[in-house]
Amino acid sequence: MTTTETTTETTTETTTGTTTGSTTPKKLTPEQLEAFGEELDAIRQRIIADLGEEDATYIRGIVKRQRQLEVAGRALMYLPPAWPLAVAALSVSKILDNMEIGHNVMHGQYDWMGDPGLSSRMYEWDNVCPSDQWKYSHNYIHHTFTNILGKDRDIGYGILRMDEDQKWHPYYLGNPVYAFLLMVFFEWGVALHDLEVENIVAGKRTFSDNQALHKGILRKVRRQALKDYVLFPALTGPLFPLTLAGNATANLIRNIWAFNIIFCGHFPSGVETFTEEECQDENGEESRGHWYYRQLLGSANITGGRLFHIMTGNLSHQIEHHLFPDLPARRYPEVAGEIREICRRYGLDYNTGPLRKQLGSVARKIFRLALPPRREQSPEPVAERPHPSQPTTRAA
Amino acid sequence: MTVAERILGSRALAALTSPHGVDRYLELVNPMWAATEVRATVVDVQRETDGAAAGAAPVATLTLQPTRTWRGHRAGQYVQVGVEVPGARRTTRCFSISSAESGRGEPFTITVRAHDEGLVSKFLVHEARPGLIVHLSQAEGEFTLTESPATPTNNRLLMISGGSGITPVMSQLRTLLRDGYDGHAGRKVTFLHYARSREDQIFGEELNGIAWQDNGVDVHLRYGDDVFSAEALARLVPGYRDTDTWACGPAPMMALVEEAYAGSPRLRTEFFKLGATAGTSGSAEGDVAFTRSGSSAPNNGATLLEQAEARGLEPEFGCRMGICFSCVSRKTEGTVRNVLTGEESSLPDEDVRICVSAPVGSCSVDL
Repeated sequence: MTTTETTTETTTETTTGTTTGSTTPKKLTPEQLEAFGEELDAIRQRIIADLGEEDATYIRGIVKRQRQLEVAGRALMYLPPAWPLAVAALSVSKILDNMEIGHNVMHGQYDWMGDPGLSSRMYEWDNVCPSDQWKYSHNYIHHTFTNILGKDRDIGYGILRMDEDQKWHPYYLGNPVYAFLLMVFFEWGVALHDLEVENIVAGKRTFSDNQALHKGILRKVRRQALKDYVLFPALTGPLFPLTLAGNATANLIRNIWAFNIIFCGHFPSGVETFTEEECQDENGEESRGHWYYRQLLGSANITGGRLFHIMTGNLSHQIEHHLFPDLPARRYPEVAGEIREICRRYGLDYNTGPLRKQLGSVARKIFRLALPPRREQSPEPVAERPHPSQPTTRAA
Repeated sequence: MTVAERILGSRALAALTSPHGVDRYLELVNPMWAATEVRATVVDVQRETDGAAAGAAPVATLTLQPTRTWRGHRAGQYVQVGVEVPGARRTTRCFSISSAESGRGEPFTITVRAHDEGLVSKFLVHEARPGLIVHLSQAEGEFTLTESPATPTNNRLLMISGGSGITPVMSQLRTLLRDGYDGHAGRKVTFLHYARSREDQIFGEELNGIAWQDNGVDVHLRYGDDVFSAEALARLVPGYRDTDTWACGPAPMMALVEEAYAGSPRLRTEFFKLGATAGTSGSAEGDVAFTRSGSSAPNNGATLLEQAEARGLEPEFGCRMGICFSCVSRKTEGTVRNVLTGEESSLPDEDVRICVSAPVGSCSVDL
């Protein structure tokens, strides 16, 4: 890997790992952006060339462990004293299924294996959101337009005010309440996310646009509810209420965990948002280097041990995930050091911290943004941005 | 159906194992347990030829014991065989079944030539050992016998094959002899085969045995320069155009056979998909076919997505930069180059992201 002279000179005043809220990010020149993009491309190429048995063994091992935990969780429901253990096993199973397996497989991270059981086209997760709808809103909308205001619907999920540049409205006084409800009902929030209810309210989308989606959601909800709230409880006979409560608790624990990890990915203070105009070069298009730049500055990591990383589906390496969304997530820790080093050389912020710090930062933001901006704090009034049209139509 | 099969295939179990399905759990316990998927254990590997003949690759026959989910096959059909080649990449190819018709869960054989460019065939011939688990489809294909060995007739059947194209017609011949009465095919069968050389002849011993017995089958084996010609066929089977014929072999031979039959509906053919010869990298030559829409036009070098859109097709897409996998489509033939990495791939029946895949030479995509 080579770096040009100009880029190595930029190593002044780097504040790696700090998350200062209001500073504007360091801008890179088009030449720097290009060199920056090339360095990241080189890492990507190296990993792709190295994919093989180890990655396959890893993900198959995780799948096996997840299925074992699931079976154990279901079986332990027959032993009332073991109820907490059953719930724990089932919760971990659902977390693994949704995060380290589901999220990553559906990104196509393991498509190269040619295994239908690990194919982005076929995988369906243990979650009420149908995988095809999730792939559209997540893989396409969120990962392509990450943190572009008005384009990335994951900024506040159409419910919350998570960025200063989202215009305040009295509705947002409920920000903390909405966030709490979204946490408790996270899988339902994810399922309904695709319906773009906020756009229906705004008149940008009609109810009939959603007709095709309703069917898929209902089918998936029916299957999930039948399994967790009818069949498995019924199979335990007189323990029906206990099993039902256990399954519901496991789903709740998964919801809370996933919500917290995911909110630490893009909302801690210091994470940048962008406007469409900011992303365009002189040709009106975003360069590959700027795309990487935006993914880097729009994401935040969480530090932790190996088990913690697995339980987050390696989304604790949100930065690496956003740079390389289709590389197997187990590779993110491996390249993180290099990414950090590149950031240091270019003087770019690499936002990371322990879970409690990132969560605290997100919580403060949720509360702070519930209130209107204080006048004296915004020296240059944020102009009403012309909201670019949402990509609401879906390819057939 | 046994009780276990009934339970495994039940809707209740499907609901309990939703969204993954029963097989995703069973395979973790024993890869030979399956409710819907089909897998097989290799139970025997026999070398047919050693590949010593000039320009010939070795051939082996593999006996496969499938799971109970295998529904059997009709003589002449093929099966998709998926193996994990080194690098943990499951790769799938079609192989004609060479044994006589099989029933549910019954073992069968495939006979494979280790082509130089054939990743799976080389693996099966050189690396496969008893105990290896392979992934299967159900038997597929319409290149099958139209009549039953259960009833002797005075119909005449003609089977023409070249090289490893012998496998599906061998299955047909074996079926007629096994299921006919007293080891007789029950009709007149002419079995005409072209091999590169005597050493490269597959099933040579068995065919010689069949030739010597009174079973209604005439076996004609031709070698080397003695290639297919309409005149020779006319001497062997006068009025061959009005004879039910099954032909399978390499493309040059098949072209001659089709010419000889001049569009006669009595001719049934089977082609093997071979790795297409790749054009020069980055060039725009050959044709790009979108098979589902029936569109074929010269390759202009752009990505498959752009070429499809230029022809008025509307394939699904998302990011258009290779990250979201919305546009994944099946390339059935030809070579594509990943415009991001420059990596080329010529595997048939491969899923590609059409937004970052540009065809190199001719290419077919299921769109």
